[in-house]
Amino acid sequence: METIENLFLTLKALALMGPEMLLPTALFEALKTPLGIIMGVSILLVIAPVTMLFLTWMERKVVARMQKRYGPNRVGKFGSLQPFADGIKMFMKEDIIPLAVDPLLHTLAPMLVVVPAVMLFSVIPFGKNMVFADLNIAILFIMSISSIETIAILMAGWSSRNTYSLLSSLRAAAQVISYEIPLGFSLVPVVMISGSMSTYGIVMAQQEGWYIFTPWGFLAFLIFFISGVAEVNRSPFDVAEAESELVAGFHTEYSGMKFGLFYMAEFLGGFAISCFAVTFFFGGWLDPIQQLTGIAVLPTWIWFLLKSYVFVFVLFWFRGTLPRFRVDLLLNFCWKYLLPMALLNIPLAAAWHYLPDGIVFKLVGWVIGMAIIFGTHQAFTHKRLKRLYSAYDRPDSSLRTAPQQG
Amino acid sequence: MTQEFAWTSIGLMSIFGVIFSTLPIAGAFFFRPRKSNASKVTSYECGLHPKTTPLIRLNVQYYLFALAFLIFSIEILYVFPWAMNFKTLGPIALLEMAIFLGVLLMGLLYAWRKGGLEWK
Repeated sequence: METIENLFLTLKALALMGPEMLLPTALFEALKTPLGIIMGVSILLVIAPVTMLFLTWMERKVVARMQKRYGPNRVGKFGSLQPFADGIKMFMKEDIIPLAVDPLLHTLAPMLVVVPAVMLFSVIPFGKNMVFADLNIAILFIMSISSIETIAILMAGWSSRNTYSLLSSLRAAAQVISYEIPLGFSLVPVVMISGSMSTYGIVMAQQEGWYIFTPWGFLAFLIFFISGVAEVNRSPFDVAEAESELVAGFHTEYSGMKFGLFYMAEFLGGFAISCFAVTFFFGGWLDPIQQLTGIAVLPTWIWFLLKSYVFVFVLFWFRGTLPRFRVDLLLNFCWKYLLPMALLNIPLAAAWHYLPDGIVFKLVGWVIGMAIIFGTHQAFTHKRLKRLYSAYDRPDSSLRTAPQQG
Repeated sequence: MTQEFAWTSIGLMSIFGVIFSTLPIAGAFFFRPRKSNASKVTSYECGLHPKTTPLIRLNVQYYLFALAFLIFSIEILYVFPWAMNFKTLGPIALLEMAIFLGVLLMGLLYAWRKGGLEWK
Protein backbone atom coordinates (compact mmCIF):
# COMPACT_ATOMS: atom_id res chain seq x y z
CA MET A 1 0.00 0.00 0.00
CA GLU A 2 2.64 2.51 1.07
CA THR A 3 4.92 1.44 -1.77
CA ILE A 4 2.24 2.00 -4.41
CA GLU A 5 1.31 5.31 -2.76
CA ASN A 6 4.89 6.55 -3.02
CA LEU A 7 5.62 4.87 -6.35
CA PHE A 8 6.49 8.04 -8.23
CA LEU A 9 8.52 9.52 -5.39
CA THR A 10 10.50 6.27 -5.13
CA LEU A 11 11.07 6.25 -8.88
CA LYS A 12 12.35 9.82 -8.71
CA ALA A 13 14.73 8.96 -5.86
CA LEU A 14 15.96 5.91 -7.78
CA ALA A 15 16.54 7.96 -10.91
CA LEU A 16 18.55 10.48 -8.91
CA MET A 17 20.81 7.71 -7.53
CA GLY A 18 22.59 7.32 -10.87
CA PRO A 19 23.91 10.89 -11.09
CA GLU A 20 24.69 10.82 -7.37
CA MET A 21 27.16 7.97 -7.85
CA LEU A 22 28.66 9.28 -11.08
CA LEU A 23 29.06 12.98 -10.28
CA PRO A 24 31.23 14.60 -7.59
CA THR A 25 29.25 15.48 -4.45
CA ALA A 26 29.47 19.26 -4.85
CA LEU A 27 28.33 19.16 -8.46
CA PHE A 28 25.50 16.78 -7.58
CA GLU A 29 24.23 19.06 -4.80
CA ALA A 30 24.13 21.94 -7.28
CA LEU A 31 22.39 19.90 -9.97
CA LYS A 32 19.94 18.08 -7.68
CA THR A 33 17.11 20.62 -7.90
CA PRO A 34 17.19 21.20 -11.70
CA LEU A 35 17.46 17.44 -12.27
CA GLY A 36 14.41 16.89 -10.07
CA ILE A 37 12.45 19.51 -11.99
CA ILE A 38 13.45 18.06 -15.36
CA MET A 39 12.35 14.63 -14.17
CA GLY A 40 8.97 16.07 -13.18
CA VAL A 41 8.66 17.78 -16.56
CA SER A 42 9.46 14.58 -18.42
CA ILE A 43 6.90 12.59 -16.39
CA LEU A 44 4.24 15.20 -17.20
CA LEU A 45 5.22 15.25 -20.87
CA VAL A 46 4.84 11.47 -20.98
CA ILE A 47 1.51 11.57 -19.15
CA ALA A 48 0.06 14.22 -21.51
CA PRO A 49 0.26 12.31 -24.84
CA VAL A 50 -0.67 9.00 -23.18
CA THR A 51 -3.76 10.66 -21.68
CA MET A 52 -4.60 12.17 -25.04
CA LEU A 53 -4.27 8.82 -26.85
CA PHE A 54 -6.41 7.09 -24.27
CA LEU A 55 -9.05 9.83 -24.33
CA THR A 56 -9.44 9.72 -28.11
CA TRP A 57 -10.05 5.98 -27.93
CA MET A 58 -12.39 6.37 -24.93
CA GLU A 59 -14.41 9.13 -26.57
CA ARG A 60 -14.98 7.12 -29.72
CA LYS A 61 -15.89 4.03 -27.75
CA VAL A 62 -18.25 5.84 -25.34
CA VAL A 63 -20.00 7.90 -28.01
CA ALA A 64 -20.31 4.81 -30.22
CA ARG A 65 -21.94 2.83 -27.42
CA MET A 66 -24.38 5.70 -26.81
CA GLN A 67 -25.34 5.58 -30.48
CA LYS A 68 -25.67 1.78 -30.55
CA ARG A 69 -22.51 1.27 -32.55
CA TYR A 70 -19.37 -0.69 -31.77
CA GLY A 71 -16.83 2.05 -32.32
CA PRO A 72 -13.25 1.18 -33.28
CA ASN A 73 -12.82 -2.61 -32.99
CA ARG A 74 -10.47 -3.62 -35.80
CA VAL A 75 -7.00 -2.41 -34.76
CA GLY A 76 -5.94 -4.31 -31.67
CA LYS A 77 -8.15 -5.75 -28.95
CA PHE A 78 -11.28 -3.56 -28.59
CA GLY A 79 -9.68 -1.14 -31.02
CA SER A 80 -7.10 -0.24 -28.40
CA LEU A 81 -4.41 0.41 -31.01
CA GLN A 82 -6.67 2.75 -32.98
CA PRO A 83 -5.18 5.98 -31.51
CA PHE A 84 -1.69 4.85 -32.55
CA ALA A 85 -2.92 4.15 -36.06
CA ASP A 86 -4.52 7.60 -36.17
CA GLY A 87 -1.35 9.18 -34.87
CA ILE A 88 0.77 7.50 -37.56
CA LYS A 89 -1.75 8.53 -40.20
CA MET A 90 -1.59 12.17 -39.12
CA PHE A 91 2.18 11.99 -39.01
CA MET A 92 2.37 10.80 -42.62
CA LYS A 93 -0.13 13.32 -44.02
CA GLU A 94 0.90 16.12 -46.32
CA ASP A 95 1.05 19.53 -44.69
CA ILE A 96 -0.97 21.72 -47.06
CA ILE A 97 -0.36 25.46 -46.70
CA PRO A 98 -2.71 27.32 -49.07
CA LEU A 99 -1.25 30.22 -51.03
CA ALA A 100 -3.45 32.81 -49.37
CA VAL A 101 -2.45 32.08 -45.76
CA ASP A 102 0.05 33.89 -43.61
CA PRO A 103 2.61 31.05 -43.26
CA LEU A 104 4.28 32.17 -40.04
CA LEU A 105 1.08 32.66 -37.99
CA HIS A 106 -0.44 29.60 -39.65
CA THR A 107 2.41 27.44 -38.32
CA LEU A 108 2.69 29.13 -34.91
CA ALA A 109 -1.00 28.83 -33.99
CA PRO A 110 -1.14 25.03 -33.46
CA MET A 111 2.07 25.17 -31.43
CA LEU A 112 0.72 27.96 -29.27
CA VAL A 113 -2.52 26.13 -28.59
CA VAL A 114 -0.79 23.08 -27.11
CA VAL A 115 1.63 24.88 -24.77
CA PRO A 116 -1.02 26.29 -22.35
CA ALA A 117 -2.88 22.96 -22.36
CA VAL A 118 0.30 21.17 -21.30
CA MET A 119 1.22 23.87 -18.79
CA LEU A 120 -2.12 23.48 -17.01
CA PHE A 121 -0.90 20.02 -15.97
CA SER A 122 1.86 21.53 -13.85
CA VAL A 123 -0.51 22.79 -11.11
CA ILE A 124 -2.76 19.71 -10.91
CA PRO A 125 -2.23 17.87 -7.61
CA PHE A 126 -2.28 14.25 -8.82
CA GLY A 127 -1.79 12.80 -5.36
CA LYS A 128 -0.30 13.32 -1.94
CA ASN A 129 2.97 15.26 -2.44
CA MET A 130 2.49 14.87 -6.18
CA VAL A 131 1.99 18.40 -7.45
CA PHE A 132 4.66 19.51 -9.91
CA ALA A 133 4.63 23.23 -9.00
CA ASP A 134 2.74 24.27 -5.87
CA LEU A 135 2.06 27.89 -6.85
CA ASN A 136 0.42 30.05 -4.18
CA ILE A 137 -1.64 31.79 -6.88
CA ALA A 138 -2.51 28.67 -8.86
CA ILE A 139 -6.09 29.83 -9.55
CA LEU A 140 -4.90 33.04 -11.21
CA PHE A 141 -2.34 30.96 -13.11
CA ILE A 142 -5.07 28.65 -14.40
CA MET A 143 -7.23 31.55 -15.53
CA SER A 144 -4.43 33.41 -17.25
CA ILE A 145 -2.92 30.36 -18.94
CA SER A 146 -6.23 29.05 -20.23
CA SER A 147 -7.01 32.39 -21.90
CA ILE A 148 -3.86 32.18 -24.03
CA GLU A 149 -5.84 29.67 -26.08
CA THR A 150 -7.99 32.56 -27.35
CA ILE A 151 -4.97 34.17 -28.96
CA ALA A 152 -3.99 30.92 -30.62
CA ILE A 153 -7.50 30.41 -32.01
CA LEU A 154 -7.65 33.99 -33.30
CA MET A 155 -4.23 33.50 -34.91
CA ALA A 156 -5.39 30.31 -36.59
CA GLY A 157 -8.60 31.88 -37.89
CA TRP A 158 -7.07 35.15 -39.02
CA SER A 159 -4.02 33.68 -40.72
CA SER A 160 -6.09 31.11 -42.66
CA ARG A 161 -7.68 33.79 -44.87
CA ASN A 162 -10.78 31.66 -45.04
CA THR A 163 -14.32 32.80 -44.31
CA TYR A 164 -15.19 29.77 -42.22
CA SER A 165 -12.02 29.97 -40.18
CA LEU A 166 -12.41 33.67 -39.50
CA LEU A 167 -16.06 33.41 -38.47
CA SER A 168 -15.34 30.45 -36.25
CA SER A 169 -12.35 32.04 -34.57
CA LEU A 170 -14.30 35.22 -33.79
CA ARG A 171 -17.10 33.15 -32.32
CA ALA A 172 -14.62 31.09 -30.33
CA ALA A 173 -12.89 34.18 -29.00
CA ALA A 174 -16.18 35.75 -27.88
CA GLN A 175 -17.20 32.47 -26.28
CA VAL A 176 -13.94 31.76 -24.46
CA ILE A 177 -13.54 35.24 -23.03
CA SER A 178 -17.21 35.39 -21.98
CA TYR A 179 -17.14 32.07 -20.15
CA GLU A 180 -13.97 33.00 -18.35
CA ILE A 181 -15.95 35.47 -16.21
CA PRO A 182 -18.34 32.94 -14.58
CA LEU A 183 -15.41 30.52 -14.34
CA GLY A 184 -13.47 33.06 -12.29
CA PHE A 185 -16.40 34.10 -10.12
CA SER A 186 -17.36 30.49 -9.40
CA LEU A 187 -13.92 29.98 -7.82
CA VAL A 188 -14.22 33.01 -5.50
CA PRO A 189 -16.30 31.10 -2.86
CA VAL A 190 -13.78 28.24 -2.95
CA VAL A 191 -10.96 30.68 -2.19
CA MET A 192 -13.08 32.38 0.51
CA ILE A 193 -13.79 29.20 2.44
CA SER A 194 -10.47 27.42 1.95
CA GLY A 195 -8.41 30.59 2.46
CA SER A 196 -5.92 29.43 -0.14
CA MET A 197 -5.33 29.93 -3.83
CA SER A 198 -2.98 27.00 -4.29
CA THR A 199 -4.54 23.83 -5.67
CA TYR A 200 -2.77 21.75 -3.03
CA GLY A 201 -3.99 24.02 -0.24
CA ILE A 202 -7.58 23.78 -1.48
CA VAL A 203 -7.42 19.98 -1.40
CA MET A 204 -5.97 20.06 2.12
CA ALA A 205 -8.77 22.42 3.22
CA GLN A 206 -11.34 19.88 2.04
CA GLN A 207 -10.29 17.32 4.62
CA GLU A 208 -13.18 18.55 6.77
CA GLY A 209 -15.65 17.94 3.94
CA TRP A 210 -15.81 18.18 0.20
CA TYR A 211 -17.15 21.46 -1.12
CA ILE A 212 -19.68 19.75 -3.34
CA PHE A 213 -21.71 18.91 -0.23
CA THR A 214 -22.43 22.57 0.54
CA PRO A 215 -25.10 24.64 -1.27
CA TRP A 216 -22.59 27.19 -2.56
CA GLY A 217 -20.19 24.42 -3.57
CA PHE A 218 -22.91 22.67 -5.51
CA LEU A 219 -23.79 25.81 -7.45
CA ALA A 220 -20.15 26.77 -7.94
CA PHE A 221 -19.37 23.30 -9.28
CA LEU A 222 -22.17 23.47 -11.82
CA ILE A 223 -21.06 26.93 -12.99
CA PHE A 224 -17.41 25.90 -13.03
CA PHE A 225 -17.97 22.73 -15.01
CA ILE A 226 -20.31 24.33 -17.57
CA SER A 227 -17.96 27.26 -18.10
CA GLY A 228 -15.02 24.91 -18.22
CA VAL A 229 -16.62 22.84 -20.97
CA ALA A 230 -17.30 26.05 -22.89
CA GLU A 231 -13.75 27.25 -22.22
CA VAL A 232 -12.20 24.26 -23.98
CA ASN A 233 -14.75 24.40 -26.84
CA ARG A 234 -16.20 20.99 -26.24
CA SER A 235 -19.69 19.84 -27.14
CA PRO A 236 -22.38 21.19 -26.58
CA PHE A 237 -20.47 24.50 -26.71
CA ASP A 238 -18.46 23.68 -29.84
CA VAL A 239 -19.93 26.43 -32.04
CA ALA A 240 -16.35 27.27 -32.98
CA GLU A 241 -15.96 24.08 -34.98
CA ALA A 242 -19.61 23.49 -35.78
CA GLU A 243 -19.08 21.04 -38.60
CA SER A 244 -22.65 21.38 -39.85
CA GLU A 245 -22.31 25.09 -40.57
CA LEU A 246 -18.65 26.10 -40.56
CA VAL A 247 -16.97 23.07 -42.22
CA ALA A 248 -14.36 22.48 -39.50
CA GLY A 249 -14.16 25.89 -37.88
CA PHE A 250 -10.81 27.50 -37.25
CA HIS A 251 -8.88 24.42 -38.37
CA THR A 252 -10.46 24.23 -41.82
CA GLU A 253 -7.15 24.99 -43.51
CA TYR A 254 -5.07 22.71 -41.29
CA SER A 255 -3.98 19.22 -42.18
CA GLY A 256 -1.62 16.59 -40.90
CA MET A 257 0.15 17.05 -37.61
CA LYS A 258 -0.96 20.67 -37.23
CA PHE A 259 -4.55 19.50 -37.11
CA GLY A 260 -3.41 16.80 -34.68
CA LEU A 261 -2.07 19.45 -32.32
CA PHE A 262 -5.44 21.26 -32.24
CA TYR A 263 -7.07 17.93 -31.50
CA MET A 264 -4.59 17.25 -28.74
CA ALA A 265 -5.12 20.65 -27.12
CA GLU A 266 -8.87 20.07 -27.02
CA PHE A 267 -8.52 16.71 -25.27
CA LEU A 268 -5.85 17.88 -22.85
CA GLY A 269 -7.99 20.91 -22.00
CA GLY A 270 -11.00 18.69 -21.35
CA PHE A 271 -8.95 16.44 -19.10
CA ALA A 272 -7.51 19.43 -17.22
CA ILE A 273 -11.01 20.85 -16.63
CA SER A 274 -12.14 17.51 -15.19
CA CYS A 275 -9.07 17.43 -12.95
CA PHE A 276 -9.73 20.95 -11.69
CA ALA A 277 -13.39 20.20 -11.03
CA VAL A 278 -12.26 17.25 -8.90
CA THR A 279 -9.58 19.33 -7.18
CA PHE A 280 -11.80 22.25 -6.25
CA PHE A 281 -15.06 20.52 -5.37
CA PHE A 282 -14.59 16.75 -4.98
CA GLY A 283 -11.70 16.65 -2.56
CA GLY A 284 -8.95 16.16 -5.13
CA TRP A 285 -6.81 13.18 -4.23
CA LEU A 286 -8.47 12.70 -0.83
CA ASP A 287 -9.59 9.15 -0.19
CA PRO A 288 -13.34 9.24 0.68
CA ILE A 289 -13.23 5.83 2.38
CA GLN A 290 -10.32 6.92 4.51
CA GLN A 291 -12.12 10.14 5.40
CA LEU A 292 -15.16 8.17 6.58
CA THR A 293 -13.61 5.10 8.19
CA GLY A 294 -9.92 5.88 8.55
CA ILE A 295 -8.81 2.90 6.44
CA ALA A 296 -6.84 3.67 3.29
CA VAL A 297 -7.94 1.37 0.47
CA LEU A 298 -6.30 2.76 -2.66
CA PRO A 299 -3.35 5.10 -3.23
CA THR A 300 -4.33 8.76 -3.44
CA TRP A 301 -3.27 9.19 -7.07
CA ILE A 302 -5.52 6.30 -8.13
CA TRP A 303 -8.40 8.00 -6.34
CA PHE A 304 -7.62 11.21 -8.19
CA LEU A 305 -7.57 9.47 -11.58
CA LEU A 306 -10.80 7.59 -10.80
CA LYS A 307 -12.61 10.78 -9.87
CA SER A 308 -11.31 12.76 -12.83
CA TYR A 309 -12.19 10.03 -15.32
CA VAL A 310 -15.77 10.17 -14.04
CA PHE A 311 -15.87 13.77 -15.25
CA VAL A 312 -14.12 12.91 -18.49
CA PHE A 313 -16.92 10.41 -19.02
CA VAL A 314 -19.46 13.16 -18.31
CA LEU A 315 -17.79 15.27 -21.01
CA PHE A 316 -18.28 12.45 -23.54
CA TRP A 317 -21.80 11.92 -22.25
CA PHE A 318 -22.55 15.58 -23.04
CA ARG A 319 -21.21 15.00 -26.53
CA GLY A 320 -23.40 11.97 -27.04
CA THR A 321 -26.55 13.58 -25.61
CA LEU A 322 -26.82 17.32 -26.07
CA PRO A 323 -27.35 19.21 -29.33
CA ARG A 324 -25.16 22.19 -30.09
CA PHE A 325 -26.03 25.62 -28.68
CA ARG A 326 -26.81 28.44 -31.05
CA VAL A 327 -24.18 31.15 -30.70
CA ASP A 328 -26.44 33.96 -29.41
CA LEU A 329 -28.12 31.64 -26.91
CA LEU A 330 -24.69 30.56 -25.78
CA LEU A 331 -23.63 34.09 -24.94
CA ASN A 332 -27.01 34.93 -23.36
CA PHE A 333 -26.65 31.88 -21.17
CA CYS A 334 -23.24 33.05 -20.01
CA TRP A 335 -23.90 36.73 -19.33
CA LYS A 336 -27.54 36.61 -18.28
CA TYR A 337 -27.68 33.41 -16.30
CA LEU A 338 -24.31 32.03 -15.22
CA LEU A 339 -22.75 35.36 -14.25
CA PRO A 340 -25.64 36.55 -11.98
CA MET A 341 -25.79 33.09 -10.42
CA ALA A 342 -22.03 33.16 -9.78
CA LEU A 343 -22.34 36.60 -8.15
CA LEU A 344 -25.21 35.31 -5.98
CA ASN A 345 -22.95 32.48 -4.86
CA ILE A 346 -20.50 34.82 -3.08
CA PRO A 347 -22.95 36.08 -0.38
CA LEU A 348 -24.22 32.49 -0.05
CA ALA A 349 -20.72 31.26 0.77
CA ALA A 350 -20.22 34.14 3.23
CA ALA A 351 -23.48 33.27 4.99
CA TRP A 352 -22.41 29.61 5.13
CA HIS A 353 -19.16 30.63 6.81
CA TYR A 354 -20.99 32.62 9.51
CA LEU A 355 -23.39 29.74 10.27
CA PRO A 356 -22.92 28.52 13.84
CA ASP A 357 -21.44 25.05 14.26
CA GLY A 358 -23.73 22.09 14.82
CA ILE A 359 -25.48 19.61 12.60
CA VAL A 360 -28.93 21.24 12.99
CA PHE A 361 -27.70 24.66 11.88
CA LYS A 362 -25.82 23.17 8.94
CA LEU A 363 -28.87 21.18 7.88
CA VAL A 364 -31.17 24.22 8.10
CA GLY A 365 -28.56 26.33 6.27
CA TRP A 366 -28.28 23.66 3.59
CA VAL A 367 -32.04 23.59 3.00
CA ILE A 368 -32.29 27.40 2.92
CA GLY A 369 -29.28 27.71 0.62
CA MET A 370 -30.62 25.14 -1.82
CA ALA A 371 -34.02 26.87 -1.70
CA ILE A 372 -32.38 30.20 -2.60
CA ILE A 373 -30.45 28.62 -5.47
CA PHE A 374 -33.46 26.80 -6.83
CA GLY A 375 -35.71 29.85 -6.41
CA THR A 376 -33.29 32.10 -8.30
CA HIS A 377 -32.99 29.50 -11.02
CA GLN A 378 -36.77 29.34 -11.33
CA ALA A 379 -37.05 33.13 -11.41
CA PHE A 380 -34.45 33.33 -14.16
CA THR A 381 -35.77 30.55 -16.29
CA HIS A 382 -39.44 31.39 -16.04
CA LYS A 383 -39.71 35.16 -16.07
CA ARG A 384 -36.80 36.60 -17.94
CA LEU A 385 -34.74 34.01 -19.72
CA LYS A 386 -37.58 32.13 -21.35
CA ARG A 387 -38.54 35.36 -23.06
CA LEU A 388 -34.94 36.35 -23.85
CA TYR A 389 -34.02 32.94 -25.16
CA SER A 390 -36.95 32.60 -27.46
CA ALA A 391 -36.10 33.96 -30.89
CA TYR A 392 -39.78 34.28 -31.77
CA ASP A 393 -40.44 36.81 -29.02
CA ARG A 394 -37.62 39.14 -29.86
CA PRO A 395 -38.96 42.32 -31.52
CA ASP A 396 -36.26 42.45 -34.21
CA SER A 397 -36.46 38.76 -34.98
CA SER A 398 -36.87 37.82 -38.57
CA LEU A 399 -38.32 34.52 -37.45
CA ARG A 400 -41.34 36.30 -36.02
CA THR A 401 -43.19 36.59 -39.29
CA ALA A 402 -43.84 33.26 -40.87
CA PRO A 403 -42.45 32.84 -44.37
CA GLN A 404 -45.00 33.62 -47.07
CA GLN A 405 -46.27 30.70 -49.04
CA GLY A 406 -45.95 30.61 -52.81
CA MET B 1 8.38 23.96 -1.49
CA THR B 2 9.39 27.56 -2.04
CA GLN B 3 7.71 29.81 -4.58
CA GLU B 4 10.98 30.45 -6.42
CA PHE B 5 11.33 26.71 -6.95
CA ALA B 6 7.72 26.47 -8.17
CA TRP B 7 8.15 29.33 -10.64
CA THR B 8 11.43 27.87 -11.91
CA SER B 9 9.51 24.66 -12.54
CA ILE B 10 6.82 26.59 -14.42
CA GLY B 11 9.47 28.34 -16.51
CA LEU B 12 11.12 25.05 -17.44
CA MET B 13 7.72 23.56 -18.12
CA SER B 14 6.94 26.32 -20.62
CA ILE B 15 10.25 25.78 -22.42
CA PHE B 16 9.69 22.04 -22.60
CA GLY B 17 6.08 22.67 -23.62
CA VAL B 18 7.26 24.65 -26.63
CA ILE B 19 9.67 21.83 -27.55
CA PHE B 20 6.87 19.32 -27.01
CA SER B 21 4.58 21.14 -29.43
CA THR B 22 7.32 21.73 -32.02
CA LEU B 23 8.56 18.13 -32.18
CA PRO B 24 5.53 16.54 -33.89
CA ILE B 25 5.53 19.14 -36.68
CA ALA B 26 9.31 19.02 -37.05
CA GLY B 27 9.27 15.21 -36.96
CA ALA B 28 6.53 14.96 -39.55
CA PHE B 29 8.67 17.13 -41.85
CA PHE B 30 10.81 14.07 -42.68
CA PHE B 31 7.92 11.70 -43.40
CA ARG B 32 5.19 13.69 -45.07
CA PRO B 33 4.74 13.70 -48.84
CA ARG B 34 5.16 16.90 -50.82
CA LYS B 35 2.92 16.66 -53.86
CA SER B 36 1.38 20.06 -54.26
CA ASN B 37 -0.71 21.30 -57.15
CA ALA B 38 -2.59 24.45 -57.99
CA SER B 39 -6.01 23.43 -56.76
CA LYS B 40 -4.64 21.96 -53.55
CA VAL B 41 -3.30 25.29 -52.38
CA THR B 42 -6.45 27.35 -52.93
CA SER B 43 -8.46 28.38 -49.89
CA TYR B 44 -11.28 26.00 -49.07
CA GLU B 45 -14.65 27.39 -50.10
CA CYS B 46 -16.85 24.31 -50.55
CA GLY B 47 -15.66 23.72 -54.09
CA LEU B 48 -15.92 27.26 -55.42
CA HIS B 49 -13.00 29.58 -55.99
CA PRO B 50 -12.94 32.35 -53.37
CA LYS B 51 -13.61 35.71 -55.03
CA THR B 52 -12.64 38.13 -52.25
CA THR B 53 -10.48 38.09 -49.17
CA PRO B 54 -12.38 37.40 -45.94
CA LEU B 55 -10.45 40.13 -44.14
CA ILE B 56 -13.40 42.49 -43.84
CA ARG B 57 -14.41 45.08 -41.27
CA LEU B 58 -15.91 43.35 -38.27
CA ASN B 59 -19.08 44.06 -36.38
CA VAL B 60 -18.61 46.37 -33.39
CA GLN B 61 -20.45 43.78 -31.29
CA TYR B 62 -17.27 41.74 -30.95
CA TYR B 63 -15.54 44.65 -29.30
CA LEU B 64 -18.42 45.23 -26.87
CA PHE B 65 -18.01 41.67 -25.61
CA ALA B 66 -14.28 42.19 -25.35
CA LEU B 67 -14.83 45.39 -23.33
CA ALA B 68 -17.29 43.68 -20.98
CA PHE B 69 -14.78 40.86 -20.55
CA LEU B 70 -12.00 43.32 -19.76
CA ILE B 71 -14.05 45.10 -17.08
CA PHE B 72 -15.19 41.91 -15.39
CA SER B 73 -11.85 40.13 -15.48
CA ILE B 74 -10.23 43.10 -13.75
CA GLU B 75 -13.04 43.01 -11.17
CA ILE B 76 -12.22 39.36 -10.49
CA LEU B 77 -8.65 40.35 -9.76
CA TYR B 78 -9.97 42.80 -7.15
CA VAL B 79 -12.24 40.19 -5.58
CA PHE B 80 -9.61 37.45 -5.14
CA PRO B 81 -7.37 39.26 -2.58
CA TRP B 82 -10.43 39.88 -0.43
CA ALA B 83 -11.54 36.27 -0.83
CA MET B 84 -8.10 35.09 0.34
CA ASN B 85 -8.42 37.09 3.57
CA PHE B 86 -12.17 36.71 3.96
CA LYS B 87 -11.95 34.86 7.29
CA THR B 88 -9.57 37.33 8.94
CA LEU B 89 -11.07 40.57 7.62
CA GLY B 90 -14.50 39.95 9.09
CA PRO B 91 -18.00 41.31 8.42
CA ILE B 92 -16.99 44.94 7.67
CA ALA B 93 -14.96 43.84 4.65
CA LEU B 94 -17.84 41.60 3.63
CA LEU B 95 -20.15 44.64 3.62
CA GLU B 96 -17.65 46.61 1.57
CA MET B 97 -17.33 43.77 -0.89
CA ALA B 98 -21.13 43.58 -1.09
CA ILE B 99 -21.19 47.28 -2.10
CA PHE B 100 -18.44 46.63 -4.67
CA LEU B 101 -20.28 43.66 -6.12
CA GLY B 102 -23.52 45.66 -6.09
CA VAL B 103 -21.92 48.36 -8.25
CA LEU B 104 -20.62 45.58 -10.50
CA LEU B 105 -24.08 44.06 -10.77
CA MET B 106 -25.52 47.47 -11.68
CA GLY B 107 -22.96 47.75 -14.44
CA LEU B 108 -24.03 44.34 -15.71
CA LEU B 109 -27.70 45.35 -15.59
CA TYR B 110 -26.88 48.59 -17.47
CA ALA B 111 -25.11 46.69 -20.23
CA TRP B 112 -28.00 44.23 -20.29
CA ARG B 113 -30.68 46.94 -20.61
CA LYS B 114 -28.68 48.86 -23.23
CA GLY B 115 -28.48 45.72 -25.36
CA GLY B 116 -24.71 45.46 -25.11
CA LEU B 117 -24.96 41.74 -24.42
CA GLU B 118 -27.01 40.84 -27.49
CA TRP B 119 -25.30 38.90 -30.23
CA LYS B 120 -26.55 40.14 -33.58
